[in-house]
Amino acid sequence: MAQEHMEEYLESIYDLQKMDGSAKTTAIAKCLDVAPASVTESLRNLERKGLVQYEPYQGATLTEAGRTIAERIKRRHRLLEVFLTDVLKINREKVHDEACKMEHTISEETECALCKMLDAPSRCPHGSPIGPCDKGITNCAECRTEAETGETPAARERKIIPITDLGPEDKGKIAFIRGDCRIIQRLSDLGLTLGTTVSVTRKAPMNGPVEVFVRRTKLAIDHAIAENIFVDAPRAGRS
Amino acid sequence: MSGCGECKACPPKGETKIKDAEYTIALAGNANVGKSVTFNQLTGVDQIIGNWPGKTVERAEGLLQYKGHRIRIIDLPGIYSFSTYSLEELVSRDFIALEQPDAVVNVIDASALERNLFFTIQLLELAPPLLISVNQIDLAEKKGITIDTEKLAELLGVPVVPTVAIKGKGIATLTDAILDLAQRRPTPPILRYGKEIEERIEKLVPRLEQLTIPYPVRFTAIKLLERDPAMVKIVKEQDQAIVGMADRLAGEIETMHGESVCVVMSAERYQVADRIAAEVITMYPISEGPQKKSLTDRLDRVALHPLLGYLAVFLVIGGLLVWTFVVGARISDVIQTILVQIGPYEPVITGPVAGILWNGAFSGFVAGVTLVIPYVLPFYLLLAVMEDSGYLTRIAVMLDRGMHKLGLHGKAVIPLILGYGCNVPACFSCRIMESPKQKLLAAFLVTLIPCTARTVVILGLVGKFVNIWWALALYAFDILLIIIVGRIAFKIVPGESVGLIMEMPDYHVPSASVVAKQTWARTKSLIWFVFPAYIIGSAAIQVFYAVGLLNPVNNLLAPITVFWLGLPVIVGITLIFGIVRKELTILTLAVLFGSTNFAAFLTPVQLIVIALVSMLYIPCISVIFVLASEFGWKRSLAISFTEIVLAIGLGGIAFRLLGLWM
Repeated sequence: MAQEHMEEYLESIYDLQKMDGSAKTTAIAKCLDVAPASVTESLRNLERKGLVQYEPYQGATLTEAGRTIAERIKRRHRLLEVFLTDVLKINREKVHDEACKMEHTISEETECALCKMLDAPSRCPHGSPIGPCDKGITNCAECRTEAETGETPAARERKIIPITDLGPEDKGKIAFIRGDCRIIQRLSDLGLTLGTTVSVTRKAPMNGPVEVFVRRTKLAIDHAIAENIFVDAPRAGRS
Repeated sequence: MSGCGECKACPPKGETKIKDAEYTIALAGNANVGKSVTFNQLTGVDQIIGNWPGKTVERAEGLLQYKGHRIRIIDLPGIYSFSTYSLEELVSRDFIALEQPDAVVNVIDASALERNLFFTIQLLELAPPLLISVNQIDLAEKKGITIDTEKLAELLGVPVVPTVAIKGKGIATLTDAILDLAQRRPTPPILRYGKEIEERIEKLVPRLEQLTIPYPVRFTAIKLLERDPAMVKIVKEQDQAIVGMADRLAGEIETMHGESVCVVMSAERYQVADRIAAEVITMYPISEGPQKKSLTDRLDRVALHPLLGYLAVFLVIGGLLVWTFVVGARISDVIQTILVQIGPYEPVITGPVAGILWNGAFSGFVAGVTLVIPYVLPFYLLLAVMEDSGYLTRIAVMLDRGMHKLGLHGKAVIPLILGYGCNVPACFSCRIMESPKQKLLAAFLVTLIPCTARTVVILGLVGKFVNIWWALALYAFDILLIIIVGRIAFKIVPGESVGLIMEMPDYHVPSASVVAKQTWARTKSLIWFVFPAYIIGSAAIQVFYAVGLLNPVNNLLAPITVFWLGLPVIVGITLIFGIVRKELTILTLAVLFGSTNFAAFLTPVQLIVIALVSMLYIPCISVIFVLASEFGWKRSLAISFTEIVLAIGLGGIAFRLLGLWM
């Protein structure tokens, strides 16, 4: 199975899983525009590689390894979209297809360089969030300093997710915060400093504010700001 | 330095209305910790609420008389930090550093010790004679939190008094401690940060000591390290080199931590706060997470529910408005009857000019009283109850998403709801928004909200003579219009919009004194702005009337009123009078027609058009002045002009569309 082919599968399973909980064979077939029979074949293939769990008639879900690949591709795809629109000034409608082809070929080094050049954008031109990279850094400024000294940060082994992905029973330690320095300052004044344990008590409907519990107090934080607060949550059940 | 105030030779500290005070005390602390309740407990009724000189920040001042001493107490704004995030923070730190109060009382919430101590630590950087009041210890104990206040005093090196301000517990001890502190004025000990920070502070201190900076040296050094813009500006004027040096030192800290220096400093302070909190808190049962079964949590399950939450918002705000106008109309009638007994309300215009003026001024006064007392006051009272209980923050959370579409965020619901009472205090309350753009946008939308005076017009013309559904339809249309206009304004007005970051306090039973104070603070602006405008404006109109300018003005406006809006020519003048006070539209109509049965003179369509135009065309003259004082004349007039065009435009369209089926 070709690398590109495999990555396309993982990506669409990732998207479908986000929407419906699991990816049905027919849905994948429709999404990738291929015959259902060849989807079944490919899913078995991916299962052997340990990237998906596949139950006939139930559909497929990503394993941890599969998810990691899918998220990396998603991140590259969205970074490329930002690059194509903002730097090359290509029409926003066209960048998706273009990025779809490029996402499979760029290296980790290119991905990192893109992120730095674009100043660590938090969303793609269509508004989807761009996930964090997997380097062992605490914030984007560190990445820039390290670029100057020429050292490459080691890969991160923690599980970093945005605070908005924390479940009701989960807890996480603040790993880094992305965004405007005045906002970061405000958040740290209110107790959201690095390494602080936080939990999410409530999420308002329709991407409304997120209620965060920190140092015995509750804060309502705008969804877009909360998305840029990343926590280390080793035990968070991801869905 | 003790007893410096006794000789009365020194000028009073800062601008004040309280003369001859021996000592000056400042109350400082986070929002929602019971600071206002403590202030009310200490000062009683002797309070002056005003503005900080030249700033759009509210200032509350009061007098405490104790054991023969007169002590002036300043209630500083509720803040979380001394960075320059907001004007409140700047005002507070300048007051403590520059006016040097004889003592600073830091009110802290026992249930959220870490975050409150974070602020205490910053207060210690300013090194005023400091005293800590650990408030709401009863609520903390209910949550299983016990605080060893003696230990806390020992660790911080300043006196600590436990209080339950709302019940008056500990206030006597606090008062004694305040007096003692003000007489001794001790300098609190220094709390040290990490080595790499302290080393750099020490490098700056000796050089700063050679300058004459009005702030304490250690504080100046820390703020320079944080690259605080206000501090950099002050020091730069005296010694450019030291600013460069501080910047370099800050850069070193940033390289070490890979974080902006401000964030490093916050983390550093929190580390100290966490350490102290861990030593003084005993928790039983030990719980790290939020309390799942608390009353607040149970109430929030409804208040923040995806469906029930919106229903609650709708019912509460709707109920508030309906109740206000149903009850208000009754009270208004009673007051009017009484006032008309006292003075002549509609006498013949005879005699000297003074008589005519008096007549106008008196009717303006009556109008003010019959609007403020029955409608605005009860409305604001109930709103303050909601606000102090903590429910208003929940409304803000529920409506945050919607407000985003208008470039605002959840907190903007406060000015918008206040607008239904009177636009004047609503415009003032737009100060709670963070960015200048959001302040302006909120104020603009507030002026489109039908205040009580406009509601009187809508109900009096449409509700009474067409039907109540058309009146409600006007309200609904107004909300729709606010959304559309707000959306356009958001795109046009330059500047940035900041997202919501807001504390969610626990629900609690509102305090009568805080509610009364808040209501007064808001109603007061009506007395300063609206009453004079009503009285002077009404007198002027009376003259206008007597001189016989009625017909010329009506004829001048005829192209708009008769041709475009399809109204009788006589209505022109009422719209001019409405600028002074909106409900004058309806009163003038009654005088001009010589009857209050408007249905006899106007068709339903005309009634709706008049109400619609009155609802939208420029805010009244008081609001124009408030907008000018908050945002400048240019913007105030731009808003007024936009709304005239909008009102007349929509009025004409409504006339043509409604004419099709009515």
